[in-house]
Amino acid sequence: MRITQGTFSFLPDFSDAEIRAQIDYCLRNRWAVSVEFTDDPHPRNTYWEMWGMPMFDIKDAAGIMYEINQCRQAYPNHYVRVNGFDSTRGWETVRLSFIVNRPKHEPGFQVLRQEGPGRQIRYTMHSYATVHPKGERYKGS
Amino acid sequence: MGGPGAGTIKGKERYKAGVIPYKTMGYWEPGYTPKDTDLIALFRVTPQEGVDPEEAAAAVAGESSTATWTVVWTDRLTACEHYRAKAYRVDAVPNSPGQYFAYIAYDLDLFEPGSIANLTASIIGNVFGFKPLKALRLEDMRLPVAYVKTFDGPPTGIVVERERLDKFGRPLLGATTKPKLGLSGKNYGRVVYEALRGGLDFVKDDENINSQPFMHWRDRYLYCMEAVNRASAETGEVKGHYLNITAATMEDMYERAAFAKELGSCIVMIDLVIGYTAIQSISKWARKNDMILHLHRAGHATYTRQKSHGVSFRVICKWMRLAGVDHIHAGTVVGKLEGDPNMVQGFYNVLREPHNDVDLQRGIFFDQDWAGLRKVMPVASGGIHAGQMHQLIHYLGEDVVLQFGGGTIGHPMGVQAGATANRVALEAMIQARNEGRDIWSEGPQVLEKAAKSCAPLRAALEVWKDVTFNYASTDTADFVPTPTVSV
Repeated sequence: MRITQGTFSFLPDFSDAEIRAQIDYCLRNRWAVSVEFTDDPHPRNTYWEMWGMPMFDIKDAAGIMYEINQCRQAYPNHYVRVNGFDSTRGWETVRLSFIVNRPKHEPGFQVLRQEGPGRQIRYTMHSYATVHPKGERYKGS
Repeated sequence: MGGPGAGTIKGKERYKAGVIPYKTMGYWEPGYTPKDTDLIALFRVTPQEGVDPEEAAAAVAGESSTATWTVVWTDRLTACEHYRAKAYRVDAVPNSPGQYFAYIAYDLDLFEPGSIANLTASIIGNVFGFKPLKALRLEDMRLPVAYVKTFDGPPTGIVVERERLDKFGRPLLGATTKPKLGLSGKNYGRVVYEALRGGLDFVKDDENINSQPFMHWRDRYLYCMEAVNRASAETGEVKGHYLNITAATMEDMYERAAFAKELGSCIVMIDLVIGYTAIQSISKWARKNDMILHLHRAGHATYTRQKSHGVSFRVICKWMRLAGVDHIHAGTVVGKLEGDPNMVQGFYNVLREPHNDVDLQRGIFFDQDWAGLRKVMPVASGGIHAGQMHQLIHYLGEDVVLQFGGGTIGHPMGVQAGATANRVALEAMIQARNEGRDIWSEGPQVLEKAAKSCAPLRAALEVWKDVTFNYASTDTADFVPTPTVSV
């Protein structure tokens, strides 16, 4: 399966030029770009690991591309996402977030159903990858 | 015209028993400068033949505040000048003979804090049936910060909703389950699953899906949550279904809301027809229970559509932002329902901006400071399809839920394919926009290119390529009239 989190997951994976165009868009809007990675893709896993701090002071896309590529090299079988953070009053939140690296094989999620009274079901979404400890996931991919 | 209240009768003469013109009672004060804490209402007044427009404006001010048809001495037991609403300006409406814009200021003391019911009982309570007027429309209101601060506003708001859903940088995508009526719970859930699995973020109950013989509400909730959880697991995304909790009584609504929460739904839905008090009650419930609150504007067009009489939808938007909803249907411009581009953008600005500047072209007559009140996510729904993606983003921006009901479920390759077509079209258009391309003119090429690697989008563009709804709007700007044109 293909995890479709992020702004552009339904499109073919972006080339470096396409990633760079989105970074330029963030910079034009004065958003701080940050890079994050994880091997736990559960949709409620809010806090991916930070590849350094948001790059508040880097104003050229080349510098940011360098960090993205460093992260991708260090974690080739992790999910890596790029965020644009807007510190304007009234937003103070992420305004763009898209995946730039993903494991070659994505095993997806199992739905566990716990039957309750009155036909109710408690659902648990279990990521197949997370049966292994952190850092040992997506090894085969 | 004269100075402040030049025509107002003063002292003993003012309170002599009998009938005197509203203009002379203190409701017409042409020199009055509204205080920062005053509410201001702008009415479009159409007086009966022979009725002086200033007298008509004064009558509206009087009947929406302290006056009755005759003089009453008991006014003198109060600080009556303080409580009188004051019409202070009357302008002829451009290009509309017989119609006038009347500006009326109300002191803050006339209103109960935090109550839309009280606000509306005053402002639109009696005056709309007043005989000396042929027609009356409430066009806009300026709500002072002191009053805005008495409301909680949206329980979630755009920023927090996006953070909860983990969806940024693009409009959200939804669809209303079709057919609206008749599906069993099991069949209904199938549509929900397919649409979410194919790429939508939300599916929605329709406004009149409550608890009918063909599908009881509990059954629907259970099947829909199965669909939501399955689709979430298949995609790794947060998904939702607006479970409509509209019911006959508040007790029933609370019961349905509680069940939705118990099942893990992230969102519930209400219809505008439940009334302002019910909306405020369920908004407080949603705030307490971390629930996104979706409002369908069922019934609004009965009083918002005609320009001469009723309440403008921009005023409804203001009231709903105060009352506290997270989503509200606010028009598509290009779809099947009424919506002039300028008017619709005005509604969206009222819902989403931290501050509105005067913008006559979009029907915004007042500066409005929202004082940190959260933003409402507008919903565009009704007769829209993937081929219009560039127009939708051009007109509506990215903080909006685009709902393609027929445009998803009516897809020739099935519901999943319909959803995928919409999602691919959307992401491709956002990518192009961010790259600095002019999507208004290059949109069709962007879609065509995206369709090369997406058969469902190809099919969608083919089947709906000639569908447009080019009808003249009835609710248009008085300052720059524009027709609705899809190109």
